[in-house]
Amino acid sequence: MMRHILVAILVLLFGLIFARMVGGYVELDALRPLALDYVTRAPVELGTPNIITGILITYRGFDTLGEVAVLFMVAASVGLLLKKDDDKASVAKVSSDKVAGEKTVAAKPVLARTEAARAAAARAAAAKANASARAVTPSATAMKSVKVAESSVDDDEAAPQRQPSEIVRTGTEVLLPLIFTFGAYVIVNGHLSAGGGFQGGAIVASGVMLMLLSRPGMKLNVALLSIVESFAGVFYVCLGILGLVLAGGFLDPRFLPIGTLGAFISAGAIPIISALLGIKVGAELSVIIDRFRS
Amino acid sequence: MTTGLPVSTILLITGFALALIGIWGMLTHRNILRIIIGFAVMDTGLHLVMVATGYITAGTAPILDAALSQADAPHRAIDPIPSALVVTAIVIGLSVTAVMLAYAIRLYAAKKTLSIDAFTESKW
Repeated sequence: MMRHILVAILVLLFGLIFARMVGGYVELDALRPLALDYVTRAPVELGTPNIITGILITYRGFDTLGEVAVLFMVAASVGLLLKKDDDKASVAKVSSDKVAGEKTVAAKPVLARTEAARAAAARAAAAKANASARAVTPSATAMKSVKVAESSVDDDEAAPQRQPSEIVRTGTEVLLPLIFTFGAYVIVNGHLSAGGGFQGGAIVASGVMLMLLSRPGMKLNVALLSIVESFAGVFYVCLGILGLVLAGGFLDPRFLPIGTLGAFISAGAIPIISALLGIKVGAELSVIIDRFRS
Repeated sequence: MTTGLPVSTILLITGFALALIGIWGMLTHRNILRIIIGFAVMDTGLHLVMVATGYITAGTAPILDAALSQADAPHRAIDPIPSALVVTAIVIGLSVTAVMLAYAIRLYAAKKTLSIDAFTESKW
């Protein structure tokens, strides 16, 4: 209760600060000088109609590179965090099997269950094991350990076995190509209209998510995705260095011809960088999703 | 329908309200997943606030096309810098949330509970 009052006071104080900020805020009626500079220069210098993409990939390109590095680090650290968890779970499973193994009556159904890998069979076997355990009237601790082993095995086994429904499977077949196409469209259209590497990459990863939902047993080729992602990152830095050598500075996309404003092949290297970003973000998010699946 | 308030002010109020709800949720709940959700709500609220500060009266998206000519852009486009920053902020927010969720899974594996009261080792 005391804590709630303290939190309420804190939230109230924050609310006061925010109210002050809202009260003192006057809606802009003209661009700030830096923004005006970007809005007037981006179409002329970079040839990109989408000024936000110009800022993200060129003017603030170094920030975007750092952001991609953060994303890479997250994919790596999530893998590290959940990998050990995997090992521990398997150890726990082995020990629970061992506990069950002490009672020979219970051991057989448990082992059979891991092989058969069917939820309905598992439930029947569990009931049988329970009944047989009760029949020989074991000591209270043994009974408990069998039950613990059962519940943990049930938790491990039951979840991944449930098949997706017909609607999900058929819907995935229809929607998946559309989602990937739309993701690719958003990625390569980033310099012309709303879109870009991050948004398109997220759409592609959502398609991967749907695919994994509809086929729970599917193995994603994480190694290949990691290689694709690493090469996208390397090419991104290489393009940056090319800009440094051939044009005005690091990540300057003007070493390729700017072309006409609004054409698909225009804006120098911005579409290439955008595509690399999209590939990298899509692969990274897919790897993160796959890591959480275990 | 028009209200007396400008659009950006409404957006600021909405964003700040979400941020307050997030702070309240993060500090009062004891379940780690709820704390993470509170963080995500606060994050979203602050993104809204950032986007709102870039709005210019009667402005439109800073994308040049048939509706917004190059000569028109400096007068009618909204400030693109907050929008570009929010793209970065969203990705960083996603990264932080992903790491927090991974830690939550680890903590659950360690204690078989998600209540933050069970983790007393680092309490002072």
